[in-house]
Amino acid sequence: MEQLINMVLLTLLAAITFGIIRVRNLFAVVVLTSAYSFLMASVMIVLDAVDVAMTEASVGAGISTVLALGALYLTKTEEAEPRYSPLLPALVAVGTGAVLVFGTLDLPPFGRADTPLNTDVGADYLARNMAETDIPNVVTAVLASYRGFDTLGETTVVFTAGIGVLMLLKRWRKAARRED
Amino acid sequence: MRLDTILRVIAKIFIPFILMFGLYVQLHGDYGPGGGFQAGVIVAAGIILYAIIYGIAAAQRAVPPGLVEVMMPLGVAIFAGVGIAGFVTGRNFLDYSNLMHGDMVHGQHWGVFLVEIGVLVTVSSTMLAIFYAFAGRGRE
Repeated sequence: MEQLINMVLLTLLAAITFGIIRVRNLFAVVVLTSAYSFLMASVMIVLDAVDVAMTEASVGAGISTVLALGALYLTKTEEAEPRYSPLLPALVAVGTGAVLVFGTLDLPPFGRADTPLNTDVGADYLARNMAETDIPNVVTAVLASYRGFDTLGETTVVFTAGIGVLMLLKRWRKAARRED
Repeated sequence: MRLDTILRVIAKIFIPFILMFGLYVQLHGDYGPGGGFQAGVIVAAGIILYAIIYGIAAAQRAVPPGLVEVMMPLGVAIFAGVGIAGFVTGRNFLDYSNLMHGDMVHGQHWGVFLVEIGVLVTVSSTMLAIFYAFAGRGRE
């Protein structure tokens, strides 16, 4: 059953990817990327990564779509004809993809118990978590407590990105006002 | 007659539930999926929906841009402040074990709770600030 769901989801993902490549209307592309994120969130649920699925659904399918639509409102909705042949970029993309697929050949099967991922720190967190923090969702305990420093870094990154966007857009607005 | 009556009514019904769900994801992150980041995005999405349906001016009356710009660094400060509280209570940076007078589990609970609030504050306000910045520009 799980295999069937995975096959349906991955087929739909592939179909949407081709759609994104083929369609010239950017509005349709934004809607398709939103659908892509939503399917990706479903894949994450099948993989039992509900926290990631939630993030993907809210950020990928929600906020990114709104921001992309907002950007689209400021520009044209029809993609311009490419000025250069897409041959070289396509070659680079296919090459990178082939290398990545080649890399996955050496990965252990999904969910195997005797991989470093599941025997080293992961098992340690699972063993210590309830006694030390009493937080049933280990993901939260790891994110906020054991690896709190990483999460502080992530929060700072979000903050820095926001400041960067504000600096770019607000400065632009002030400059435009000075011209008129 | 307005043509978007259905959208406005549906949005008005849904937005409280979206914000409530954001709070649920925030406060229930210890037990189920979710946490500050996801909750922050959901809360921001609720306000963005309000801005899309009722106009950016109405949203900025409810959540002023000045407040949003204060919240962005405030969340990081809450997070780092809890980390420094670890120092003050005699442990390492971001070690919450001593926050509640030596009760380790209780201290960890409070530490995680406060840190997640910091994440919520920064993430929700940053998403909103970016949206405000984009939406406030208008077509040239």
